[in-house]
Amino acid sequence: MKVIGKSYDKKDGIRLAMGAPAYTEDLYDTKSHLTVKLLRSPHPFARIVNIDTSAALALEGVVAVYTHYDVPKTQYTRAGQNFPEPSNYDKRMLDEYVRYVGDEVAIIAAETERAAEEAMKLIKVEYEVFEPVVDAEKAIGHPSVIHPEGVVEKIPSGVDVENNIAATYVLAYGNLEDAFSKCTHVVEHKYYTQAQAHVMMETHRSNAHLDHNDRLVVTTSTQVPFHARRILAHALDLPVSKIRVIKPRIGGGFGGKQALHTEFYTAFVTLKTGRPSMLTYTRKEAFESTYTRHPMVFTYKVGADDAGIIRAIKVNGISDTGAYGEHARTVFSAACLKVISMYNKMDAFDFEGNVVYTNRTPGGALRGYGTTQGVFAIESAINELAFEMGMDPCRIRELNHTAEGETHLVYRAFGSDGIKKPLKLIENNKMSTCIEHGKKLIGWDEKYGKPQVNGNKVRGVGMALSMQGSGIPSIDMGAAIIKLNEDGSFNLMMGATDLGTGSDTVLAQIAAEVLSVPLEKISVHSSDTDVTPFDVGAYASSTTYITGTAVINAAEDIRSQILNEGAAMIEEAPEQCEYDGERVFCGEKSINLADLAMKLLYVKNQKQLVGHGSHVTEKSPPPFLAGFAEVEVDMETGEFEIIDYVASVDGGAILNPKLALIQMEGGLVQGMGMAVFEDVKFIDGKLKTNSLLEYKIPTRSDVPKITVDFVESYEPSGPFGGKSVGEVCINTPSPAIADAIFNATGVRIRKLPVTPEKIILGKMGYDV
Amino acid sequence: MNITLTVNGKKRTAEISPDDFLLETLRSLGFKSVKRGCDTGSCGLCTVLVEGKPVLSCSYLSARADGHEVTTIEGAGEEAKKVASALVGEGVEQCGFCSPGLVLSILGMKKELGKGATDDQIKNYLNGNLCRCTGYEGQLRGIRQYLEV
Repeated sequence: MKVIGKSYDKKDGIRLAMGAPAYTEDLYDTKSHLTVKLLRSPHPFARIVNIDTSAALALEGVVAVYTHYDVPKTQYTRAGQNFPEPSNYDKRMLDEYVRYVGDEVAIIAAETERAAEEAMKLIKVEYEVFEPVVDAEKAIGHPSVIHPEGVVEKIPSGVDVENNIAATYVLAYGNLEDAFSKCTHVVEHKYYTQAQAHVMMETHRSNAHLDHNDRLVVTTSTQVPFHARRILAHALDLPVSKIRVIKPRIGGGFGGKQALHTEFYTAFVTLKTGRPSMLTYTRKEAFESTYTRHPMVFTYKVGADDAGIIRAIKVNGISDTGAYGEHARTVFSAACLKVISMYNKMDAFDFEGNVVYTNRTPGGALRGYGTTQGVFAIESAINELAFEMGMDPCRIRELNHTAEGETHLVYRAFGSDGIKKPLKLIENNKMSTCIEHGKKLIGWDEKYGKPQVNGNKVRGVGMALSMQGSGIPSIDMGAAIIKLNEDGSFNLMMGATDLGTGSDTVLAQIAAEVLSVPLEKISVHSSDTDVTPFDVGAYASSTTYITGTAVINAAEDIRSQILNEGAAMIEEAPEQCEYDGERVFCGEKSINLADLAMKLLYVKNQKQLVGHGSHVTEKSPPPFLAGFAEVEVDMETGEFEIIDYVASVDGGAILNPKLALIQMEGGLVQGMGMAVFEDVKFIDGKLKTNSLLEYKIPTRSDVPKITVDFVESYEPSGPFGGKSVGEVCINTPSPAIADAIFNATGVRIRKLPVTPEKIILGKMGYDV
Repeated sequence: MNITLTVNGKKRTAEISPDDFLLETLRSLGFKSVKRGCDTGSCGLCTVLVEGKPVLSCSYLSARADGHEVTTIEGAGEEAKKVASALVGEGVEQCGFCSPGLVLSILGMKKELGKGATDDQIKNYLNGNLCRCTGYEGQLRGIRQYLEV
């Protein structure tokens, strides 16, 4: 390997770090753009009885104000998923009903931001206010029905609008009663995970204009440009051919941009007025009016026999999708599929639950995508079971986790989606090594069961496991095109979406490796629906694994064309020739790549060489991770510090160690934020944590010592052995830290986040 | 009202309202490296140097900059590039949206604390520069490398 496995800098790194104008708001002279602002609902649930926009329209500089009377009535989902979408069509651009504080009421287009803001104050809205549904556990059967007009199910999800149910999910295997009867130890507890906010540094924004061919061009900070094009076409009743979506550089996503938010409004304003327009969400809007991680409640009943084999698991869950069902069923099913799959010695399991509508900021995709929530519950329950059995938590995992060459029980189970999943072997699973390494790195055997006491301070360790996927099997598709230029350099064009993760660079490394050329010979252009081939976008830990293989296919295609054309140029049979990245040769006869490329364009056998490739697979090889935390707690105040965090991960072969490490560290810290303070809070249905003053994310002083250990691994179906690391890293901090707190203090926290107050209340005997 | 300020060594005149903040004034003058990350002065993305010291341009009235010397990363020269290269060397520019503000804060920090700044001093000084991508540890590695060279 010449290029793969090396820590190259991101291709765009230095220009971005030096402030190059590369993001949505930087690319156009927005002085000529209309500023778009959205008037939002102050009520968690209401019907708009009357809107008077006359005073706003009379204001100088205001170009248009649109209300629900003016926009298409089409229902759609904002979730950027494959077609047909597994999320309900339950949202309209503007609706007669508003379903949470922050829901859209009117669109204002003005010459300046000031005029737009002034106009917003002048719109008079009369509401009929309803009793909101604020508690997910009381949503079913609540007298308020959040979607009285019904929703459209593209894929049957068990929706029941009368009962505020957005989706139902059931998966069962074996005879549960029998299985529990064989258990000598059973624990049953209820676990709560809170809503988390993405807080990508660049909030959602888009920019729309009509090009010289009268086509709509939307430049947007998105993770899903191709889904954005398709969903806009549906929502605006435009042919796909009339829309171009461009993703420029973007300031982070974390799942928050696996959706459309601003795009409907800029596109609509530009179509109506013919003028270019720009909408940038404020931080408050990003908190209040996009979406959060779905909060969930799980009751886990887990049973084991005397030998420590987990024989039975029963789960009841509720997921709160808020006002709209974006990613509702799929996030919840991931909380089953990618969680239960970690263990496979059970005789039976049963997972069932509902995703409910409430009148809060919608739930949506956030790194970890349901697995994070499920892992907190199952890993906490197994830690409780191990404690009750007097068993080392590592030991119970070693006895029960799915191992290499085995299969997941979910493939043998029957689910409410009616789809029988093909039985798949997990060819590559280094979980055992992860546990072994992690134990050594944290000093588990010296520390577990022996809390260190120093005055008021007590130290404890805790651990948890996690897996994720690498792409959505049989659904996620990526494609790539590679063309040869006259100097022997290549353009690599992909729909894949680099959010700042460095995927453009990693995918270029793959192309360079296959073509045996240095990385600088590959120029990347990505995420432009007019220019690049299709890709589902950046989500589900798919880009390296799925698009990476598409790039291999495209590179192999053009590599064989180079060999053929080179052979023709030196008048030899291709099977007698070789290509080594610099030249095509046969014995003494050779032509170098740049000469060949120049001749092909200008002199002889003229043609443009273009290679292309796509990739889709029924596999989704999971990455595996063992996480270990050490904490120090002040027993008087409950204040605690994370002293050390170890994550030992099997992400397959690592294609760019530096960039993989930063994915891991970043995800671990985002997971720690969720574990110990991040908490989206509402008061009377209104979001309290709507600014960075109210919602704290980790700062550099909050970060403990972190050790990331990549275990040796090679995924046979992946590009050069790669799988993924982008999401699996966020899942273990919550259960591992909660267990470390328990091992230090004896207080078991089952409601995230883990806080000093809960430790003190727990000591006093409250359920926390 | 009109103000005259020096941006990256060049005199510029800007027409502003008394309640305009420097962030928008700089962006409207074409300095697109200056980013907004919040509405509350909490994220550090909009950091620029005024008379060589880091300030949050989102909460610094443009009128206050009248007659002053302002540096954005476009004008911060080779020293900024050294910082940026050290960060890129660790892969911790990631999405890049917070990088210009961070680089300028690091320049201000080096001036105030010198090359011998401890890890804790570095963390304290830069606490106001948020980043959601990296988890910060790699940035600390990059900053140490920059300070040591």
